[in-house]
Amino acid sequence: MTTPEPHSGNVWPIWEVFVRSSRGLSHVHAGSLHAPDAAMALRNARDLYTRRNEGVSIWVVPADAIASSDPDAKGAFFESPQGKDYRHATYYTKSEGVKHL
Amino acid sequence: MASQTLQSVPAEPSPARHETRHEMSPEDAARRDAEGQAYFDKVMAEDSRIEPRDWMPPAYRKTLLRQISQHAHSEIIGMQPEANWISRAPSLKRKSILMAKVQDEAGHGLYLYSAAETLGQPRDQMMQDLMAGKAKYSSIFNYPARTWADMGAIGWMVDGAAIANQVPLCRASFGPYGRAMVRVCKEESFHQRQGFEILLELSNGTPEQKQMAQDAVNRWYAPALMMFGPPDDDSPNSKQSMAWNIKRFSNDELRNRFVGMMMEQVKVLGLTLPDKDIRFNEDTKKWEHGPLDWEEFHEVIAGRGQCNAQRLERRREAHENGAWVREAAAAYAEKQAKKSAEKVSAA
Repeated sequence: MTTPEPHSGNVWPIWEVFVRSSRGLSHVHAGSLHAPDAAMALRNARDLYTRRNEGVSIWVVPADAIASSDPDAKGAFFESPQGKDYRHATYYTKSEGVKHL
Repeated sequence: MASQTLQSVPAEPSPARHETRHEMSPEDAARRDAEGQAYFDKVMAEDSRIEPRDWMPPAYRKTLLRQISQHAHSEIIGMQPEANWISRAPSLKRKSILMAKVQDEAGHGLYLYSAAETLGQPRDQMMQDLMAGKAKYSSIFNYPARTWADMGAIGWMVDGAAIANQVPLCRASFGPYGRAMVRVCKEESFHQRQGFEILLELSNGTPEQKQMAQDAVNRWYAPALMMFGPPDDDSPNSKQSMAWNIKRFSNDELRNRFVGMMMEQVKVLGLTLPDKDIRFNEDTKKWEHGPLDWEEFHEVIAGRGQCNAQRLERRREAHENGAWVREAAAAYAEKQAKKSAEKVSAA
């Protein structure tokens, strides 16, 4: 994956923005923006995505540094949990009604 | 995060995918398209979401790209009628509010450009298309903002119409578009309320101020109703967009709903809507408005509205006059990079 080819002039790379809305929560993808470097990406992300106290922490990641799974291989890639219901607490019914279990 | 394809990673033409396409035999490509179509149809039937790297019909991609980029352009051009009034706002507080609002519009444009980019169109290209007059934006921004009361009417009616239109778009079938709209809608209601408050203040002011508010409402009413687009039987793309779960309600449905809301709210303002034909249809249980001048609408869309030329000219100027900011930012980034490289080699 690469950022779009600059087709004219100098186009800044795309950064993906992740915002932590409060302490104790994880960073969640908020959107993306263009910036020449990480410091400016952070500043722009603050101005663009946290104008209303949306966050206490921001991550910016160059879009082309993110590897993602192949959407065409969705089925095969995520099939391992299939048939493994015993991984869920709800699978174990005999203990129903037993207190503090 | 692993299961989620990220925004801004262009789906097509992504180099990796492109190569696979080339290597594929025509039979394989056809099979892949058939599988893609089947998956896409299933997603539509389940009212689920399509993400950027999923297979999608070329027409779906094209429709979305047109709609999202037009939407982004509208936000960016929409900054102009209001920015004109920042220096003339009646108080420091009103000035701050208007600046915040214009800043929001810029932000909305950026969220939407980001969403459009995930469809594979570079932002730079979209901006070039706008400045070259090749891309369309909402007809409403080609009307002039003549008085301070227009800031009220724009906030109350134009942003009100935008909200009525945008709330259903939060459920649009294309993930990045829906997510951008959620963010936009959260911010829009501030805009509508501040507009309402401006009109209410003026309406409770001197007779001249009240008249100024009424004049603004009179001028913005019809253009605001036309923001929902042409009537249903004259809206060629609507049906397909609804089948694709991009649009959830027809133009006329949204327009009528909006008229009903205005009818209630205008009473609180102590003003009237310039439409003697508004009525509640007891049979359909829907509000109906009087006739609108669709010829004017098409003229404005075709680039012959009152301010089309001025808006585009101003956009080009702003882009050119802002070049130094982009250059300075790039130069600063380069300097910082050089500095930290020197530090590393010295250590």
